[in-house]
Amino acid sequence: MTAVQSTGFRHFHDQLDELKQLLLDMSYQAEQLIDRSISALMSGNREAAEDVLAGDKAINDLEVEVERRAISLLALQQPMARDLRFLVGAIKVSSDLERVGDHAVNIAESAIRLLEMEAPPPVAPELEDMARRAKEMLAQSLDAFTRADGALGREVCKADDAVDALHDSMFRILLTHMMADPKTITRSLELLLVSRNLERVADLATNISEDAVYLAEGKQIKHHFED
Amino acid sequence: MTAPVPVVTVPLRAPEISTGDSKITLASRDFSFWYGSKQALDGITLDIHDRSITALIGPSGCGKSTYVRSINRINETLTGVRHEGTILLNDEDIHERGVDVVDLRRRVGMVFQRSNPFPRSIYDNVAYGPKVSTGAAGGDLDELVETSLRRSALWEEVKDRLGQNALSLSGGQQQRLCIARALANKPDVLLLDEPASALDPLSTQKIEELLVELRRDLTIVIVTHNLQQAARISDTTAFFYLGKLVEAGPTNQIFTSPREDRTDAYITGRFG
Repeated sequence: MTAVQSTGFRHFHDQLDELKQLLLDMSYQAEQLIDRSISALMSGNREAAEDVLAGDKAINDLEVEVERRAISLLALQQPMARDLRFLVGAIKVSSDLERVGDHAVNIAESAIRLLEMEAPPPVAPELEDMARRAKEMLAQSLDAFTRADGALGREVCKADDAVDALHDSMFRILLTHMMADPKTITRSLELLLVSRNLERVADLATNISEDAVYLAEGKQIKHHFED
Repeated sequence: MTAPVPVVTVPLRAPEISTGDSKITLASRDFSFWYGSKQALDGITLDIHDRSITALIGPSGCGKSTYVRSINRINETLTGVRHEGTILLNDEDIHERGVDVVDLRRRVGMVFQRSNPFPRSIYDNVAYGPKVSTGAAGGDLDELVETSLRRSALWEEVKDRLGQNALSLSGGQQQRLCIARALANKPDVLLLDEPASALDPLSTQKIEELLVELRRDLTIVIVTHNLQQAARISDTTAFFYLGKLVEAGPTNQIFTSPREDRTDAYITGRFG
C-alpha cells in the first residue's frame, strides 16, 4: 500500500496530532492538581490548597479549546472511521479531564475545611494509595487513548476495582472512628468525601479507557456492552 | 386504579442498518476480469440486495468501474477481454448462453460520469428505448415519457419544452435526463458510474435525493469517489483495492468502524 497523502489530509492529520498534544497537556495538569490537592490535605498546607483552586481554570480553558477545535474539524473535514472516533472521543475525554480538575478542587476545599476545624492532618495511607492509583490510571488511560492502545485501555478498566475496594475500606475505617468517637464525625465525613472524589477520578479514568478501546477497536465496552 | 406502567427494555446492541428487502438481486461469485493480459478484477464475491443503494469506493484503477460495467456486460464491447466466475441477476447467470444482451442492458440501466444525451429532443431521448424494444407509441409512449421524467425529478423543469434539443439542458438536467432514459426501459437495476462528479453541489444534491427516492423500487449500484456521497446515500458500501474486494458491509459500519485496516487507511485519507 502506498503511503501517499494529499496536502489537505496531511494538514488535517497534523491538526489531529495537535489536538492529541492538548489532551496530554490537559491530563498532565489534571494529574498535577490531584497530586497537589492530596499533598495539601496531608500536610495541612492552606496555600497549596488555594493554588489548586486557581489551577482549575487552566483545565477549564483547555476543555473549551479542545471542544472548539474538535467541533471545527468535524464540521470542516467530515472525518470518518478512526479519525471520527478520535474526535468524538476527544470531546468526551476533555470533558472527563475537566471533571477530574473539579474533583481536585473538591479535595482542596476539603483540605481547607479540615484546617478550619483545626483538625490534625489525616493519617490515612489508603487515601495516599488511592490518589497514587487514580493518578496512574489517569496517565495510562490518556496513553491508551492517544496511542489508540486497546489492550492498555482494558487493563486500566480492570484497575478500577482496586480503587473501589480502597474506597470501601476507607468507608469502614472512618465508620469505625465515628462510632468510637462521635467528635470525629465531621472530620471523618470530610475524609470520606475526599475518598469519594478519588474514587470518581478513577471512574473517569475508566471512562477514558473505554473510549480508548472504542477508538482502537471500534468496539463499545461501556456498561458491559461487549458481553 | 391506575394501570401499571409498562416497562420498556431497550436491547443493548447496535442498530441494524436496513438493506431494504433481504432478497438478493445481484450476486457475483468469484468473479475475475481481464483486459488482455491485465487482470482488473480478482475473485469478487458480493451480494447486492433488492431495493438498496450499494456504493463502490476505492482509489482510481481499483476495479470498481470494471465491476459495474461487467454487470450489464458493457465491457464485452471491448476486444481482448475475458472473465471467470459468475454474476447472477435474480438468480440467473448473465453470461449463460442464450442470454439476450440487449434485454440484459434494458434490465440493467447505466448512467455514466459524463451525461451523454442523444442530440435529439428531450422527448426522443426518453422515448427511444421503449420505442425500439417494445414498439410503444402514441399515448402509451407519452405516458411512459412523462412517468420517467417525473421519476427522475425533471418533469416540472422540461414539461413545456419536450421538443427542445436535450443538449440545451444544464449538466445536472442532462444527467437526470439520462436517468429518465434508463428508467423508461423499466430496469430492475440502475448502475451509475460517478454520476455527479462533474456537477455543482446543488445538482449533486438533486441527483442524490433522486437516487434515495428511486431506491424504493430499484436496486442501485453507484461508483463514487466522493466518500461523503457514499456515506450519505448508500445502505451498503464495498471497498475495492487493486482489483479485490477488501470489505463490504453496512455503510454505517464501514464509515465508523471498518474491519479492515486498508479500508480505514483509505477512508481516512492515509493512502490513495
